Amino acid sequence: MPKLHEKLKERWPEDVVELHDFRGDETAVIKRESLLRIADFIKRDSQFDLNVLIDLTAVDGLPLKWKPRFEVVYHFYSTAKNHRLRLKVRVEQEDAVVASLTGIWPVANWFEREVWDMFGIRFEGHPDLKRILMYEEFSGHPLRKDYPYNKRQPLIGPKN
Amino acid sequence: MTTTPEIKKTRTESMLINVGPSHPAMHGIVRIIAELDGEKIVSSDVEIGYLHRAFEKSAEQGGYLQVIPYTDRLNYVSPLINNVGYCLAIEKLFGLEITERAKYIRVIMSEISRVTDHLTCVGASAMELGAFTVFLYMIKAREFLYELIEEVTGARLTISYTRVGGVKGDLPKGFADKCRNAILETRKILKEVDELLTCNRIFVDRMKDVGVISKEDALAYGITGPFLRSTGVDYDVRRASPYLVYNRFDFEVPVGEHGDNYDRYLCRMEEMEQSMRIVEQALRDMPEGPVLLDTEGNVIPAAEMADQGKLGRIEGLPGQTAAVDPTLEGAHKENYASVETDNKRIALPPKEDTYTNIEGLMNHFKMIMMGHGIRPPKGEAYFPVEGANGELGFYVVSDGTDKPYRVRVRPPCFVIMAALPLMINGGMFADIVPTFGSVNMIGGEMDR
Repeated sequence: MPKLHEKLKERWPEDVVELHDFRGDETAVIKRESLLRIADFIKRDSQFDLNVLIDLTAVDGLPLKWKPRFEVVYHFYSTAKNHRLRLKVRVEQEDAVVASLTGIWPVANWFEREVWDMFGIRFEGHPDLKRILMYEEFSGHPLRKDYPYNKRQPLIGPKN
Repeated sequence: MTTTPEIKKTRTESMLINVGPSHPAMHGIVRIIAELDGEKIVSSDVEIGYLHRAFEKSAEQGGYLQVIPYTDRLNYVSPLINNVGYCLAIEKLFGLEITERAKYIRVIMSEISRVTDHLTCVGASAMELGAFTVFLYMIKAREFLYELIEEVTGARLTISYTRVGGVKGDLPKGFADKCRNAILETRKILKEVDELLTCNRIFVDRMKDVGVISKEDALAYGITGPFLRSTGVDYDVRRASPYLVYNRFDFEVPVGEHGDNYDRYLCRMEEMEQSMRIVEQALRDMPEGPVLLDTEGNVIPAAEMADQGKLGRIEGLPGQTAAVDPTLEGAHKENYASVETDNKRIALPPKEDTYTNIEGLMNHFKMIMMGHGIRPPKGEAYFPVEGANGELGFYVVSDGTDKPYRVRVRPPCFVIMAALPLMINGGMFADIVPTFGSVNMIGGEMDR
């Protein structure tokens, strides 16, 4: 019986770039262009039936010299089948744009705002992509590895 | 000549009102911007981030073990569950299996925390609806449980109890009896509260059919925990993918049907009972560890022991036990075997060894000093546990060094807050309070 990520590779051989199941977490790295297509597929397909987007985050690979630099990580869960799948999309720093999943899972709205806030990755098609944990005047994206831990931000507030 | 003034046509416009960031009914700091038409909410927006403390960034700065105290501060009403979740994620990276007894202890402590969390949530939201007595009763019940937690971990809130590979110390002497007693008292209080609230007309009127969310919406918003279960989906991580020893216990997963505030209240009340059942079963089935430390005879203070070692008087030392102060009763060498993994690359040595022999000292040094410490293999792991508010997941990426490359927390109430406008729009302004109360928003966990 092939595992979930292997099934995905069988179904979309062109779009799935890489597979692994380290410690049993079935993971598929997919091409950026195919994200919407595959997300829609895994939600609708009866074999996958991944109806919950559990988590959406990103990892910055700058010190590890990842090419491309960022990985956007999606965790899906199926309440009916009780299985999980992790999808990953790799994006370059210069062109850090990924398609937004808000149309398929409304929860992606806030998660994507957080990734934009923390990593500066844009989500195309997001209705209102603004910072969520930081304030609007904050400069930089704090979870990027080149953002210094001790960096200070200028004071903001009403002018006297 | 006087002219009659022209009567101005009145016009209505909606009013924007800020609820929060600081508001008595906001148990945390959050801002709800509500657009009102009279007393009805036309639209609303939620603004979060007021309690952002850069947990994820801080976690990348130090070693793996140094993240544990930070996790206490995520959901500060049930910190033990965060501890357990983080350690399980790291153990998954290592592929490590911990001792039976440690698993049972983790289950017991998690379930006690779940009860304290639900007690706080139900008590606080009842108080906001005027039932102040209930709040006092529930805080009293919570106090019984906090005393237990304090006895085991040494702290009430900032407990930092679990370790990668086990827990900090064994349960103290006589814990089982005290725990049963606390459960007995808590049950009495829950019965009282049940009588006060469940059929109370005022309470039911405020809760029933308020803040309704459908099953489909709840799933689309990724909501988990009691919130999702109140809509009729029986998803509980403890049942769906049992971790630790949850598959050995007999417990029910309470499920509601309407997805309103009242069902969420009922789910939480029933879950407390189920958690207490799990604790009772765990206490019954827990494998016996070694006998607790005999403090008579060969015990000497650790400092004196170290002094003697320095002077070269080492003949009798290895056989002796140090009275380590102020460590907890359960943190002595004798208890280590039953609660910590024997993998020396992961578990810190007992304090007795650190103080008295070179192997223990070096082992300790190698794990504590910068640039040493535990090193999980390269890779990534996501581990979900059932937090009090829903699925609490830790996604940890390791690059093979002693610092976590990336720690991501999947906060359960973050997604519920994302769905909050859905529940309050179209309702009355005053209904924000019970609906928001039933979310049990914990700022520390949501804003990290």
